[in-house]
Amino acid sequence: MLEVRELVVRYGTATALDDVELDVAPGEMVALVGANGAGKSTLVNTLSGIVRPASGTVRLDGRMAQVPEGRQLFATLSVEDNLRLGAWRNQRSRRDPARIYDLFPDLVRLRQQLAGSLSGGQQQMVAVGRALMADPDLLAVDELSLGLAPLVVRDLAAHLAELNRDRGLAVLLIEQETTLAFELCRRGYVLEAGRVVASGPSAELRASPAVAAAYLGGLPG
Amino acid sequence: MSELLGYLVAGAALGCTIALLASGFVVVHRVTGVVNFAQGMFPVVAGLAAGSLLSAHWPHGIAELGGIALAGAVGLVVGVVAIGKPGTPPLASLVITFGLGFLGYAIEIIVWGDQPRGFDGLSGVVTLGDVRIQHQWLLVMVVTAGTFAALGAFFGRTYLGKGLTACAANPYAARLAGIDVRRMGLYAFALAGVLGGIAGVLLTPLQSIAFDRDVALAVNGFAAAVLGGLDRPGTALAGGLLLGIGQTLFAGYVDGSFQTEVALGFMVLVMVVRAVRQPQAVAV
Repeated sequence: MLEVRELVVRYGTATALDDVELDVAPGEMVALVGANGAGKSTLVNTLSGIVRPASGTVRLDGRMAQVPEGRQLFATLSVEDNLRLGAWRNQRSRRDPARIYDLFPDLVRLRQQLAGSLSGGQQQMVAVGRALMADPDLLAVDELSLGLAPLVVRDLAAHLAELNRDRGLAVLLIEQETTLAFELCRRGYVLEAGRVVASGPSAELRASPAVAAAYLGGLPG
Repeated sequence: MSELLGYLVAGAALGCTIALLASGFVVVHRVTGVVNFAQGMFPVVAGLAAGSLLSAHWPHGIAELGGIALAGAVGLVVGVVAIGKPGTPPLASLVITFGLGFLGYAIEIIVWGDQPRGFDGLSGVVTLGDVRIQHQWLLVMVVTAGTFAALGAFFGRTYLGKGLTACAANPYAARLAGIDVRRMGLYAFALAGVLGGIAGVLLTPLQSIAFDRDVALAVNGFAAAVLGGLDRPGTALAGGLLLGIGQTLFAGYVDGSFQTEVALGFMVLVMVVRAVRQPQAVAV
């Protein structure tokens, strides 16, 4: 459903992504891990069309929605408005957030609160809910765990796994936290300095020296 | 006593026009983060154009609407030039609007000349006790109240209004949600043109208008808008009323030739107070 080929992204003279290849099949959960500055967010922003690639192709069958790094809610609007705005491209009839409240019942009592006043975990719920409002076939989640308590991360991860299992939602999980990513996804990619340095089943990646090297900034040995 | 009441009513009417000017600043800043210094051009264009249309025997009402529509179109053009190129930083856009204001001078002088022009508004006066209230003042207040109510409903209740607010709250997330941030910004500029135009056609019968009135108008509107941090229409309305009444009282009891200075003083005061209360609000 997602096919990335020979993707190159440059910021000025700096190369942010170099010849990246990546696939996500329908209904699959795929991890994309790497250290800070490896190019993970650049990749997902390119998939969303926010960043324009210098060369290469991105083929997407169906609709993708992105949960951006740092939540990026509309802080001055209510939870309900945030959710409804996620459906901007949808028909009017698909702008009712009831389906998100079914998924995250905790949000019901917060619906009239300003998004900026919520806790980090609640904000992440709204961010996921807002992206789901677009009725995506593929959900790209950028740093699900960033700045959140482990218990909250578990809960959100369980929701993603459930969506994947019950509704066949494909998920691209972009994470610095490899433990979570490899536990949730069966397959993954490791990004280092803009290049895919390893890919394969999570079990193999977990034990791979390439992953450790990527996180240590590619030190020799 | 009746003198004071008279000043208060006249001041409230003036304040309403200032509030309309302020709302133009608010709409553009709220959606695009840009301070639009061409805002003063919109009332001038609308006032002058409405006068020309009336001279050409267009009926009242239609002529004023024509002036307002032209101001809206001018607002859209200003928007296209100021934010049309993707990635233009708000400060660059601000400087562009400043330059467009001067370009506006030239065009206005070519079309309408450099002399002040006016036209008659609603004639007649109602007397409440000892206080004489011009019908035009009442018209100003009614139209302003209606405009602000519509503006509040638009931003607070409609999906498009929320989308416009989302662009200012988080442009990146708005783009991810599929909102065309640039188009929304252009809507905001056009709306600001309409709002400035409404102020212009209401104000022209009260104080005739010329090409170089824009600075005074913009300063007044900006001063009122700053009260709400350039983002809240309701506070801009309060700021406009405060400023209008303050100026009228100052003119009545002290000296009438310092309108702009009073507005500037008010603006500095507001900014100092805001800066003291919340340091991060200084960077408007």
